[in-house]
Amino acid sequence: MKISGSEIFIRSLKEEKVSHIFGFPGATILGIYNQLLDSDIQHILVRHEQGAIHAADGYARASGKPGVCLVTSGPGATNTVTGVATAFMDSIPVVIFTGQVPTSMIGNDAFQEVDIVGITRSITKHNYLVSQVKDLARIIKEAFHIATTGRPGPVLVDLPRDVLMDEAEFHYPAEVSIRGYKPNYIGHPKQIEAALKLIAKAKRPVIYSGGGVIRSGARQELLELVNKTNIPTTSTLMGLGGIPGDHPRFLGMLGMHGTKYANLAVTECDLLIAIGARFDDRATGKLEKFAPKAKYIHIDIDPATISKNVRVHIPIVGDAKLILREINKAVVPGDYSAWIERIEEWKREFPLSYQQDDEIIKPQYVIEQIYDLVKDRAIIATDVGQHQMWVAHYYKFNDRRMLLTSGGLGTMGYGLPAAIGAQVACPDKLVFDIAGDGSFQMVLQELATAVQYNLPVKVAIINNQCLGMVRQWQELFMNKRYSGVCLKCAPDFVKLAESYGAVGLRASKPAEVRPVLNEAISVNKPVVIDFRVACEENVFPMVPAGAGIEEMLLS
Amino acid sequence: MRHIISVLVRNHPGVLSHVVGLFTRRSYNIESLAAGVTENPEITRITIVVTGDDRVLDQVMKQVNKLVDVLSVSDLKYDQAITRELAIITVKTTLQTRGAVIEIANVFGAKVVDMSEDTITLELSGTERVLQNLVRLLKPFGISEMARTGMIALAMKSSEEQ
Repeated sequence: MKISGSEIFIRSLKEEKVSHIFGFPGATILGIYNQLLDSDIQHILVRHEQGAIHAADGYARASGKPGVCLVTSGPGATNTVTGVATAFMDSIPVVIFTGQVPTSMIGNDAFQEVDIVGITRSITKHNYLVSQVKDLARIIKEAFHIATTGRPGPVLVDLPRDVLMDEAEFHYPAEVSIRGYKPNYIGHPKQIEAALKLIAKAKRPVIYSGGGVIRSGARQELLELVNKTNIPTTSTLMGLGGIPGDHPRFLGMLGMHGTKYANLAVTECDLLIAIGARFDDRATGKLEKFAPKAKYIHIDIDPATISKNVRVHIPIVGDAKLILREINKAVVPGDYSAWIERIEEWKREFPLSYQQDDEIIKPQYVIEQIYDLVKDRAIIATDVGQHQMWVAHYYKFNDRRMLLTSGGLGTMGYGLPAAIGAQVACPDKLVFDIAGDGSFQMVLQELATAVQYNLPVKVAIINNQCLGMVRQWQELFMNKRYSGVCLKCAPDFVKLAESYGAVGLRASKPAEVRPVLNEAISVNKPVVIDFRVACEENVFPMVPAGAGIEEMLLS
Repeated sequence: MRHIISVLVRNHPGVLSHVVGLFTRRSYNIESLAAGVTENPEITRITIVVTGDDRVLDQVMKQVNKLVDVLSVSDLKYDQAITRELAIITVKTTLQTRGAVIEIANVFGAKVVDMSEDTITLELSGTERVLQNLVRLLKPFGISEMARTGMIALAMKSSEEQ
C-alpha cells in the first residue's frame, strides 16, 4: 500500500526508535505535524528553532542517542544554523529535518525558501535534499547511520513539501550500504605495538584526553589505563568526565584556562598520548611551544584530525574504546614516580584558588556549592564565558554524560535549551543550567518550553551584570577600556521566571547561596536562580591568546 | 608543489559543490578543475590541480576522503600520469599574419576550427606545457579569446608495471 511522504517520515522515525522530536511547525511541514497527532512520538514545541536544535543536541549528549530536530523551511531552517554548527564542532549525533518549498519552486526565491543544504554544507557531516518520495526512507536510514557512526555529527535532511505529499510504498532498508563511507574502528596492531613501546620507554608521559573519549564511551578503558600505568592525565573541556574529576592522577583541564600544573606537565612531558582530542588552539596555545619535548601518540577516529595541527609520531586511527582495550591488554608502564612527584609539587604550589568573604558572592563559590550539594546526581549544562570556565575548574565531573557545553563553537545561549533536551532524555535526573546573565538572555524564551512540558530544569544565573569574559579580556589586554559589555539594563530575573510560570529565586549574600539551592532542588518545577555575584572576578589561570601554554597569568 | 588529485565521486547533484566547497573552506587554491563521467555512469571523476606543500596535500586528501559521496582520492604523480588539456583559442589576424598563425598551428598540430576576416580559432589538446608554448607564441598576434578545459589525468598503467 502506498502512503504519503509524511507518513513514511513518521514510520521511518519509529524504525529508528525515535521517541522525542524538538521542533517548530510551519507551512512546508504541515503534513508531518498532522501525522504527529496520531503518533506516539512526543513533540516538544520550542519557542525558537535555535532552541530546538540545541535541545536535540543536549538530548543526544545526555542520552547517547541521536537527537532529532524538525523545523520548517526558510527562517525555520536558518534559525538552526548556529546549533548545527555547535553540534558539528563537538561531534554530536543530531538529525535535522527541514521543510522545503515544493521541488518545482526550488530556485525561484519562493516564499520561505532558502538553500539550507548549501548553507549547511560545511557544518554538517552530510546533508541531503530529498527529491523523490521513493528515496525518503533510505535517506532517513542513511542520515541516522551517518550521524551516529564513525566520528558522530549532525546530518541535515531537507524535505520539499511535494515529496511529503507524494505517495510511495514503505520499505525501510534493513542495512545501509554507502560505498564511500566506511568508518574504521579497529586500531592498526603495528601502531598499537609502537605506542606500547613508547609508553614503556617514557620517563614523563601525559595523557591528553578529549571529547572522543566521551563520544566513544571509553571511560572505563581510560580509567583502567590510568590506574594500570599511573600516567598523569589532563583533559580538554570536551573531555571532562572522561576520567573522574577527583582521581589522584587527574590534572584538570589544560589550555588557555587550564590549571598551571596541567600546562606545566604538558610542557615538560616526553610523551603525550592524545586520545580523542584534536589539538584545538584553546587547548594548545602557541603550537610551537606545545609539548615541545614530547613524542606524540594520537588516537582518533577521524584520520583527517591526525597531523592537522601538529605532526604526530604514532597515529592510531580508530575507536578510542577498542584501541584502549588493546593497549590495556599489553601495557607495561615505565617508572614514572619522579615525574609524578614533580607534578604533585606543582599541584601544591599552584592550586586553583579564589577568596570568598561574607559580603559578596564569588561565582566560583556558587559552582562549588552546587557541586557539593548534588555531586553525581546532576547533569550540568553551561553557556559560554567565564561561568563555563569556572564550571570546568570547580565542578568535578565523574561521569561521561554529566557536562553539556559548547566547546568547539562556543555558543552563548546553548545552556538552557540543552538542559531542556537533557531533562527530556533523563526525566529522573536533576538538570542544572549554569548560565551567564548574557547567555541566558539569548534564549530565555525557552523557559516557556520548560514550563509547558513540566521540565524542572534549574537555571543558575551567574549574574555579574556584564559580559564577563569579554570584560576580562578588555581589562587585561585593552587597558580596561570597556566596550559593549555592560548588561546592567536587564530584566528582574525572579519576576521574569514567575511571569513564565517558573519559580524565581535570588541570592545576594554568600550565606544565601546554600538555602536557595536547597529550595531550588526541592521544587519539582523549572527554577531560575539569580546569583548576584562579584562583577569584576576574573578567570585564572589564563594564557594570553597566541602565547605558549606555560606562560600563564595566575592572577 | 603542484599536485594532480583525482577524485572519484558518486554522481549526485551537489557533489561537485561539496568537494569544491571543502577546498574553499580550507583555503586551498584550486588551479584547475575538470569533472566528467567515468566508464560507470553512476561515477564521476573530478581532476583537481592544487598547489601546496605535502602537508597541505595530506590534509586536502583526508578532508576530501571524508565526504560521504567520495569513493576514492588519489594523488597522481606528474611523471606517472597521462595528463591532457584542451584549449580553444581565437587569435587576431590580418592578411599579413594569417599565414604565420597557421604555420604555428601546424607545428603544434593544432586544428583550425574557424576563420573570419580578422580572426582564426584554433583547437589543441595536449599537455599543459605544450598548451602554454602555443599560447606564448600566439600572444604577439593578439589573443582575443581563449577557453581551456582544465587538466584531466589518469595514472599511467605502464609505469605501474615497472
